[in-house]
Amino acid sequence: MKLNHLNGGQQLAVKYYTVAIILFVAQIIFGLLSGMQYLVPDLLLGVLDFNVTRTIHINAMIVWMLYGFMGSVYWLLEEESKTEIVGLKLGNIGFWLLTTAVTIVVLVFLLIQSGPGDDFTRWFINEGREYIEAPRWADIGIVICMLIFFYNAAATFMKGTWSGISGVLVLDLVALAGIYIAGMFYTPNISIDQYWWWWVIHLWVEATWEVLVGCLMAWGLMKTLKVDRKIVTTWLYIEVALMFGSGILGLGHHYFWIGTPEYWLTIGGFFSALEPIPLVAMVVHAVYDAGARQMKGNNNPALAWLIAHAFGNFFGAGVWGFMHTLPQINLYTHGTQWSASHGHLAFFGAYATIIIAMIYIAVPYIRGQEGIGSNLPDGGWKWKWSLGLLNLGVVGMTIALLISGYEQSFIERAVGGSTWYGYFAAQIHPWFVQGMEWRMIFGLVTAVGLVLLIWDLLTIGKQKQA
Amino acid sequence: MNNEMPWWASETFWKKTAIWVTAFMFVVLVILTLDTIPQITAGSERVPAYAVINKHIGYEFNDERNMQVPVIGGDAPLFGKKLSEEDAEALVSHGKKITQGRNCMGCHTLLGNGSYFAPDLTKAWLDPGWSSEPEREALMIAFLMNPEENARSFGSGRVMPNLHISEEEAKAVIAFLKWMSSIDTNGFPYNFTVIDKES
Ligand code: HEC
Ligand code: HEM
Ligand code: HEM
Ligand SMILES: [Fe+2]
Repeated sequence: MKLNHLNGGQQLAVKYYTVAIILFVAQIIFGLLSGMQYLVPDLLLGVLDFNVTRTIHINAMIVWMLYGFMGSVYWLLEEESKTEIVGLKLGNIGFWLLTTAVTIVVLVFLLIQSGPGDDFTRWFINEGREYIEAPRWADIGIVICMLIFFYNAAATFMKGTWSGISGVLVLDLVALAGIYIAGMFYTPNISIDQYWWWWVIHLWVEATWEVLVGCLMAWGLMKTLKVDRKIVTTWLYIEVALMFGSGILGLGHHYFWIGTPEYWLTIGGFFSALEPIPLVAMVVHAVYDAGARQMKGNNNPALAWLIAHAFGNFFGAGVWGFMHTLPQINLYTHGTQWSASHGHLAFFGAYATIIIAMIYIAVPYIRGQEGIGSNLPDGGWKWKWSLGLLNLGVVGMTIALLISGYEQSFIERAVGGSTWYGYFAAQIHPWFVQGMEWRMIFGLVTAVGLVLLIWDLLTIGKQKQA
Repeated sequence: MNNEMPWWASETFWKKTAIWVTAFMFVVLVILTLDTIPQITAGSERVPAYAVINKHIGYEFNDERNMQVPVIGGDAPLFGKKLSEEDAEALVSHGKKITQGRNCMGCHTLLGNGSYFAPDLTKAWLDPGWSSEPEREALMIAFLMNPEENARSFGSGRVMPNLHISEEEAKAVIAFLKWMSSIDTNGFPYNFTVIDKES
C-alpha cells in the first residue's frame, strides 16, 4: 500500500490501526473460546484453560484500544499542531518495540502460561493480576514506548501551535502514563494490592480514557460535521470538569469490600452515582451537533460510529454502571455476571466505537480521497450491516449476561451466601445456563459483524463512486 | 436580543473550572489515601497481622454493625505449627506469589475481583465444603494438589485443572487463604455459611 501522500504522523497511525484491528480479531477469537468453556467445560482443558483464554481476551482488548488511541493521536497530530511531527524516527522505533513486546507477551501467555511462585514468574511470565497480567519487563517496556509517544505529541505541539484540545490531550496523557505506574509493585497484602490496582483500572477507564475520547470526539465532530472549534472546546472543558469531578472519587465504588474503611461506602456510592452526568452531556452535545447540521457530513460511517459512541458510552458506562454502583446493591452483584455485562457494554460502547470511527475518518485519506460520500456503489451495505451486527451482538451479549447476573446475585449471593456450593447452585440453574447460551449466539453475531467491518475497511471507496 | 456570551457559557470559565475541580478532587483522593493505607496495612484492625494464621478465625454476625465480621479466636496454628510474624509473612507472601504465578484470578475472584468462572475465594478457608474444621487442612491440601480427582462440580461438569501445585506450595496457598479470610470486608460476602466446628 502506498502511503506517501499521507503526512508522517498519519503513516505511523496506519501502522497502529493495523495492529489494533489484528488484536481486535484475537480478542474476539479468545472471547468466543472462553464463552464456550462455560458451556463445554472440557473444551481445551489442560491445554488452554479458561484463565489463559480469558487473559488473552481482555489483554488483547486493552492493548488494541491503546493502539487505537495512539493511532488516533498520531493521525490528528500534524493537522492539529499545524506543523510536521517531531521525532518520527523515534516514533517508528517505539511502534516496533511495542509490537515486539506485545507479541512476546502473547506467546508466553499461550505457550508457557504460568510459573512457580517466585519473582522470576512475575518479571518474565505472568503477574496474575487481572488486566495487568503482563510481566514486569513488559510493563517497563510499555512505559518507555508511552514516553516516546508522549514526546512525539508534546514536542510537536510545542513546535507548532497549541489548542484547547491538544492542551487537554497532552495533560491527560501524562496522567494516563503516571497512573499505570501505580500498578507496578508487589505486596503480599491483597488489600493494598487491590487498592492500587484499582487506581490503574478505574482511573484509566473512568477518568483518563474518558477524557482522551472526549478529545477525539471533539476533533471528530469538527472533522465530520465542521462544528465550530469554540463550541467543541467549551464542551470539552465542561466534560473534563464533570468527568474528573465525579470519576476521581468515584474510584470509591471499588473500595466497598476489599478491607478499606466504611466511609468509602458513602464516598464511593455518592461520587460514582454522579458519573453518568458527563456522559449525558456528551450525548446531548453529539446529538445536538449532528441534528443542527441535519446529519450532513462528509463521512457517514464515521458519523454513525461517533453517535454509537455517544449512546454506547451513556448506556454501557452510565446506565449499566449506575445500576450496580450503590453499595446496597453491589453487595450482591460484586464479582458476578453483572460486572461482565457492564464491562462488555462499557468497553465496546465507550471505546471500541470511537476507535472504529477514527479509523473510518482515516480510510478515505489513505485511499487519497476527501471523505466517504453517501453515494457508494453498493449502497454502503457492508458498513451499515457491520455497524448493526456489532452493536446488536454486544447489546445481546450484555442482556444475556445481565439475566445470568440477576439469577446469580439472587441464588448465589443473597440466598446461597457465596459458598462453593452456593456458587454452583447458581451456575447450574437453567436461567443462568440460558444466559450463557444466548451470550454465545450474540457473540457469534458480533464476530460476523467484525468480519464485515474488516472487509468494508479494506474495500470501501475502492470502486468508482456512482 | 442580547448577543453577549453569558459567563457560564464562556470557554475560559469552563477551562478554569476544569482545572480547579480536577486539582481539588485529586487532593481529596490523596488525603483519603493517606488515611486509608494505615488502616489496611497488615497488623491493623481491619487487616490483621500475618501471624493471625496461628489463630482460630470465624465469621459471625455483629449486631452493632449489622453485618458478618471476622472474629479472631484462640490458638489454632495452621498445620499445627506456630509461626513468628516474620515466618508467617514469608509463608503468606509465598502463597500470594503462587496465586499470581498460576493466575488463579483468571478463574476466581479474590475479595470479589477477578473472574467469574469459579467460586469467590475471599472466605474459602471458612467454606462448609471442607467438611469440618478438624478435616479441613488435609482436604484443602488434597484438593489443591489434585483438583480434578477431588472435583465436586455439583453437576456442572466444571473442574479446576491440575495446576501442578506441590504439597509445600499448597500449604503456602492455604496460609494465604486463611489470612485473607480474616480481613474485615464490610460484610462481603453476605449471608455466608461457615464450616462446622466439629466433625
Ligand atoms: C482454569 C480455572 C481455574 C484456575 C486457574 C484456578 N481454579 Fe480454583 N477452581 C476452579 C473451579 C472450576 C473450581 C470448582 C471445582 C469443583 O467444584 O470441583 C475451583 C475450586 C477451587 C477451590 C474450592 C472452592 C472454594 O470455594 O473453596 C479453591 C480453594 C481453589 N479453587 C483455589 C484455587 C487456587 C489457589 C488457584 C491458583 C493457584 C486456583 N484455584 C486456580 C477453577 C480454577
Ligand atoms: C467507559 C467507562 C467504563 C468502563 C470501560 C467500565 C468497565 C468496567 C469493568 C470491565 C468492570 C469489571 C472490572 C473487573 O474486572 O473486576 C467494571 C466494574 C465496575 N464498574 Fe465500570 N466501567 C466504566 C464506567 C463505569 C461507571 C460510569 C460506573 C458507575 C456509574 C461504573 C460502575 C462500576 C462498578 C460499580 C463496578 C464494580 C463491579 C463489581 O463490584 O464487581 N463503571 N467497570
Ligand atoms: C465476541 C464475543 C465475546 C465473547 C463470547 C466474550 C466472552 C467473554 C468471557 C467468557 C469473559 C469472562 C467473563 C468471566 O470471567 O466469567 C469475558 C470477559 C470480558 N470481555 Fe468479553 N467476550 C466477547 C466480546 C467482547 C467485546 C467485544 C468486548 C469489549 C470490547 C469484551 C470485553 C470484555 C471485558 C472487559 C471482560 C472482563 C469483564 C469483567 O472482568 O468483569 N468482550 N468475555
Ligand atoms: Fe470504576
